[in-house]
Amino acid sequence: MSPMDVRQRHNVTITGRAEGPTVVLAHGFGCDQNLWRLVTPILAPGHRVVLFDHIGSGRSDTTTWSAERYATLDAYAEDVRELCHDLDSGPVILVGHSVSASIAVLAAVAEPELFAGLVLLAPSPRFIDDPATGYRGGFTADDIDELLASLDSNYLGWSATMAPVIMGNPDRPELGEELTNSFCRTDPAIAQVFARATFLADNRDDLAGVTVPTLVAECAYDAIAPRDVGAFVHAHINGSQLITLDATGHCPQLSAPEATAEAITAFTTTLTG
Amino acid sequence: MMADRRPAHDPAFAALLEDSAEDLYDNAPCGYLSTLLDGRIAKINSTLLTWLGADRHDLVGHTYFSDLLTVGGKLYYETHFGPLLRMQGEVNGIALELKTATGTRLPVLISSALKYGGHGQPLLIRTTIFDARDRRAYETELLRARHTAEREHARLQRITATLQKTLLPPQLPTVPGLELAASYHIASPDEVGGDFYDVYPQGPGQWGLFLGDVCGKGADAAVVTSVARYTIRAAAVHNPDPHSVLTTLDTVINEHSRPEAPYLTITAGLIRPADDGTADITLASGGHPSALLLRANGTADYIPTPGGQLIGILPRTHITTANLHLEHGDTLLLYTDGLTDAHTDGDRRYGNNALLALARQLAPASPQATVAALDEIIEGFGEGVEDDVALLAIGVPKR
Repeated sequence: MSPMDVRQRHNVTITGRAEGPTVVLAHGFGCDQNLWRLVTPILAPGHRVVLFDHIGSGRSDTTTWSAERYATLDAYAEDVRELCHDLDSGPVILVGHSVSASIAVLAAVAEPELFAGLVLLAPSPRFIDDPATGYRGGFTADDIDELLASLDSNYLGWSATMAPVIMGNPDRPELGEELTNSFCRTDPAIAQVFARATFLADNRDDLAGVTVPTLVAECAYDAIAPRDVGAFVHAHINGSQLITLDATGHCPQLSAPEATAEAITAFTTTLTG
Repeated sequence: MMADRRPAHDPAFAALLEDSAEDLYDNAPCGYLSTLLDGRIAKINSTLLTWLGADRHDLVGHTYFSDLLTVGGKLYYETHFGPLLRMQGEVNGIALELKTATGTRLPVLISSALKYGGHGQPLLIRTTIFDARDRRAYETELLRARHTAEREHARLQRITATLQKTLLPPQLPTVPGLELAASYHIASPDEVGGDFYDVYPQGPGQWGLFLGDVCGKGADAAVVTSVARYTIRAAAVHNPDPHSVLTTLDTVINEHSRPEAPYLTITAGLIRPADDGTADITLASGGHPSALLLRANGTADYIPTPGGQLIGILPRTHITTANLHLEHGDTLLLYTDGLTDAHTDGDRRYGNNALLALARQLAPASPQATVAALDEIIEGFGEGVEDDVALLAIGVPKR
């Protein structure tokens, strides 16, 4: 696959200071690279900022999506590695939010030489409780079924006429006006598969394999990844740092963009000197 | 009493209009909720409190909005609703469920908008909540219907695929001294196509073959296809001459079918391998596109069977025949017009000339190589192929 293909498939956008350290921002389940819109301008003066959409999300090329391939997080991790190879900028700092923190872990275990460091933002290696080991992810399997039902009942929020616009296939320019309401919309069929891959994943055992410098950045009040989980990730990645952002909710990029950018910058500074 | 005729200055009517904004807020037929940016509940109206069965003091200042949601709903809120609200300032008509004090669930539709301060900074979130029990019941029915339709569609495709298989030979026979290749391209997995072919032994040292195309698709076409296949096999036992076989077929289809039933085009053949390894073929055509001969010497031509008429539509149809000799390295190709009628780009169709040009480029080519080359071309047409395509190639191996 040629470099152009990789960047088009993932709707890659690169901004910031070209000679700065490269920071790749990976969005989680439910949205797309728009999620970083408040953090990017703060990082841009000091970093080369790389944004992308996972296949199936945002304006990625959904024709390359398949339910079989994207049923597990491994496919997403492979995509991230392919993208990092394509950037050809030496080891990058990969910032993974939520499920993308697990994706980042998988990518860094498989090819550590691609990464100068990882920032795991609101990570959760397993969302479902595991009573056998006393692990508390915060959810039961029934809760996850309920989320899938929620996705299904908001089926109607997705309209087929919007699909070409959202999929970056704007041969219907008259629909352009509606774009303001299309952030983060995803085909419900794709969302179902990504939700399953995300919320049924268990990557706890992969944490120990991380050998690159890692910052774990959790939120003080996170309804999805409780503090226990941040502590768990920190304890299982050798030499990792833990920081608790004064943020509410699961998306500190939106609720506390300054603090989030500051944590990322402080970490990249320690790496690059 | 004729209330609508009362003058507007009637004191009782004026009193009605003086419905205070506060009372409207509190007792509106929908729930109102204001939360801080972190989701903590700052203000809530009586309607919503009644729905929840909750006390104002237990909620205001302590509880987060997402705490009112079911756990699955909370996940949806955190991953979709919240980010969307922050990015576009408002979110409309999202279906969620609230947990009430008694443990029941209330399906609701939620819309939220950010309230901004004088400098454009977001201050708080205003949320309107509608009781969606009836609507959700209706949507559940729609979803159920959709899921049923999806299941039925999958079932239809399975039945179609099975039926299609019964209309084609599971595999071509091995004919001593000849090479055979065939393929079938399905235009739509939802409908049985009307193309068919077969190769079968026809007594000692002779083989029969046919390739046909019933007009139309679906069950009607499948019935005629099935009748045609078995009629040909039976007729050939009685008299293997292809002209005779097609005449019998025409009679049977005419008698069998209703006037509006599908007709068909077909090429039938009888092939006789000779002692020197070459072969003679007699072809009979009932209105079917001309066969193509790809010769060992690198030339290629259509084998004209002019004047052959459609089978099963005329009182007594005209069938034309042609005789040809296959040398070592010659390949005869039969196909259906789904191939030549395929759209290559926009309104342009592939056509007979392009097919002939391709054959001249390919020749000399074995049956396998010829069918493989056409398979690739057909794949390349993608959705331009509107009708099924059947290919059957017979050749004498190179010496």
